[in-house]
Amino acid sequence: MSFTTREWWGLIHGMGLGALFLLAFAGGLAGLYSLKPALVTPEGVVERMRRLKVGVVTMAVVAWLTVLTGTWIVYPWYRATGPDSARSQLLADEATKGWHEFGMEWKEHVAWISPILATVVAFIVLYYGTNLIRHQRVRRTAITLFVLAFVFAGVAGAFGAFITKVAPVK
Amino acid sequence: MAHAADRRSTEERMDHIEFQDKPEGPIAAAIIAGGIGATALGVFTTLAEASEGAKNWLQWSDAVGPLSGKVLMAVLVWLVAWAVLHLALRNRPYETRRALVISLVLIGLGVLGTFPLFFQAFGG
Repeated sequence: MSFTTREWWGLIHGMGLGALFLLAFAGGLAGLYSLKPALVTPEGVVERMRRLKVGVVTMAVVAWLTVLTGTWIVYPWYRATGPDSARSQLLADEATKGWHEFGMEWKEHVAWISPILATVVAFIVLYYGTNLIRHQRVRRTAITLFVLAFVFAGVAGAFGAFITKVAPVK
Repeated sequence: MAHAADRRSTEERMDHIEFQDKPEGPIAAAIIAGGIGATALGVFTTLAEASEGAKNWLQWSDAVGPLSGKVLMAVLVWLVAWAVLHLALRNRPYETRRALVISLVLIGLGVLGTFPLFFQAFGG
């Protein structure tokens, strides 16, 4: 009962960082949503802002770690030349080649939009701080970009899970 | 009546929260730069498919292939755009809603450029 090095990295990239990303997104979204004048108190806002900053910065850092490990560690094993690589196996069968030609081709690119947008949101929260309570338009903008960052990561994560199911990196 | 009391209570609480006045320009710069980064990713993805020369140039790592150059160039374009826009807008009260609309259009272009059915249409 053990994993190979490649399987470990697949787990770190997909499950470990994926779970952290999901947690940070949930915390960050709840924090951003609740920054409404009617829902904050002078005592609570300090603690709430601290939690929000941790949430959005964590999400940005995790998003970067996910795309970096995915692109520079797991992906080279996926696309290795030779008949045993996951890519070769998918392309060898007409029934599975779509997983590479559409799924992997989209995932490997679109995933990179997620850390960019997550970083933009982290910057907005760190720079603007409590002003997000007064300027609801900026808060809603941050939520929109935050959700988009999650959606792009979700597309990449879902295709990653499906492709790993069909042709795991070993 | 109850509504007016709620509003008064909210206003009183807001009076006790410390706010630092800051221009929205740096926020708008970050938002637009994010969109530019996404568009750059779409452009490099499509360019690598359309041109064999661009594909070879973007292959900065043999193990990763052209994806290495596409994503690093997109990140570079994003950071440069952010720095330039930040310097240009840092003291300006730039409207965030306008920045978001521009950014959403740019993100849409970026997603289109990374969508396989689109960029593969440029392949040989």
